[in-house]
Amino acid sequence: MATQSISVPRDKTNDRRVMVKEAKRNAWAYVFISPFYLLYAVFGMFPLLYGVWLSFHKWDGISPMEWVGLRNYARLFVDDIWWYSVYNTIWLFFAATVPQIILALILAFIINSPYIKGKDFFRAAFFMPIVASAVAVSLLFVTLFGERYGLLNFFTSLVGLPPVDWLGDRNWLKPSIALVTIWQWTGYTMIIFLAGLQSINTELYEAARVDGAQTREIFWNITMPLMRPVILFQVILSIIGAMQNFDIPVMLAGGTQSSSPGGTDRSGLVAMVNLFWTAFKYTEFGYAAAMAFLLFLMILVFSFAYNRWQGGNPTD
Amino acid sequence: MATTTQGSFTSRRASRSTGRDRLMGPAGMTALYAVLIIGSLITVFPFYFMLVTSTHRSETILRIPPPLWFGDRLVANYNDLLAALPFWNSLWNSVAIAAIHTALVLFFCSLGGYGFAKFRFPGREPLFAFLLATLMVPGALGLIPSFIIMRNLGWIDTWYPFIIPGIANAFGIFWMRQYIDQAIPNDLMDAARIDGAHEFRIYWNVIVPVIVPALGALAILTFIGSWNNFFFPLLILKDEAKYTLPVALSTLRSLRGTEIGVQILGAAGAILPILIVFVVASRQFMSGLTAGAVKGG
Repeated sequence: MATQSISVPRDKTNDRRVMVKEAKRNAWAYVFISPFYLLYAVFGMFPLLYGVWLSFHKWDGISPMEWVGLRNYARLFVDDIWWYSVYNTIWLFFAATVPQIILALILAFIINSPYIKGKDFFRAAFFMPIVASAVAVSLLFVTLFGERYGLLNFFTSLVGLPPVDWLGDRNWLKPSIALVTIWQWTGYTMIIFLAGLQSINTELYEAARVDGAQTREIFWNITMPLMRPVILFQVILSIIGAMQNFDIPVMLAGGTQSSSPGGTDRSGLVAMVNLFWTAFKYTEFGYAAAMAFLLFLMILVFSFAYNRWQGGNPTD
Repeated sequence: MATTTQGSFTSRRASRSTGRDRLMGPAGMTALYAVLIIGSLITVFPFYFMLVTSTHRSETILRIPPPLWFGDRLVANYNDLLAALPFWNSLWNSVAIAAIHTALVLFFCSLGGYGFAKFRFPGREPLFAFLLATLMVPGALGLIPSFIIMRNLGWIDTWYPFIIPGIANAFGIFWMRQYIDQAIPNDLMDAARIDGAHEFRIYWNVIVPVIVPALGALAILTFIGSWNNFFFPLLILKDEAKYTLPVALSTLRSLRGTEIGVQILGAAGAILPILIVFVVASRQFMSGLTAGAVKGG
């Protein structure tokens, strides 16, 4: 279609008429892409705006809404439990996402090496955990993490370490959640990086080899610079994902019907779990909507800060 | 994988001439394989342990050392699982939702992707930029209003909230656009247009048959996502008979005194079907996944 539209004369007075004509000629394209915009308006955009509106109200979900202005936000700013859940979320982002990205990058680089055999097997093996439901995975890890009888403590006892109450001890719950998250997500991140690595022109590597470059030097001087946009994009998606982390933390910290969300001393209480309980167990919809909006702002700030710090544009 | 195999010939020749490379020497290669093998053991072992545990009773599982080989409690655990939750019913719900949702996603996303890839219409760039930007908007934050919308639509305790909203999603459309842009020459559609074919016919008869690899990868990703979806079903589904598998399983965590073997068998029931699909399709899936993702923007 591009080739046809080029032949139309580009005259300023004609522009408007040309545009209408082009739009008419491509009417079907609008039909084809419209479902996204219609659905997003109803199920994407509207909930976001409505959420902001909701955050200025006190509402239990049933009785009439009561306008409270900024009072939900004022309360949120002095809510220690909220800030602790934010702290836990950020803690988990650093403990789970950063190692996961580094590991994924190393694994992707190794598997992308032309000398490695059995690529298909390794790729599939690393990708396997993401296929499994986080709920099912958590049930499995609850057993692996068992205090006195879990397999993990059995392994650590073999090297003489004392048993750890992985999910019951307030100091170990977060690391346990981080471990399961790393276990589940590293393979997925690796596949994304692998796709990026495969788009790097192999002639660059060959030229470097001919010049006598070592693998380590190739990694730092060719691979890393070229992979920067992919990594940048992945980190931003990880920030968005990590701030909304729910499945694994809620399941490892006692399940969805637990009366003490977040486990021992709320040490595993992440922001989304806090929000979930506030809205759907304590039925404080307005207050939870304020949490959601604050979380949304934090994601925005972190993503922009990271993007700025890396000096890149993720949509490049 | 075509690019790597193609590259290996020339770079292998080149590295022979340079000699001592610490990572690519014999010791380095052993270390690299060790990383891969240990890594894949760590990812695969819990699945094996899951299968083993589901055939034991709690006392045996809690023994030191824990069992690493299969026991004889599978049938007993299975009966207990069926007593604890309507397993097959939940499994069916999950399969039906994932299948219907995936079919609709494939249709609407390929249609939208085709629209963006092969038509030059006014407003195309800003519309596409908007679509990409929505990818960066954290969706779960509209969750409470979404719940309220579903309630007002009368969709509580139905499957619609998991089937309808995501059928024309930004990721799927972006994905299909990338593939269609690269894989389909414009002549293909122009020839059909000269023959006087209707635009929708061209999509259905000319485009769809050519984009099967990308559709396959998108199908698997969508199916996995729907199958494992937890947060929203947890909010929407009240009636146990309508539970999807993850929601049904999450109740097991709260039931104290449920045999460990039974819980793990339930987890295995949720993981195995999708794992089998993945292992069978992994080769095509992986190449489809990397092929679609290669050229960004």
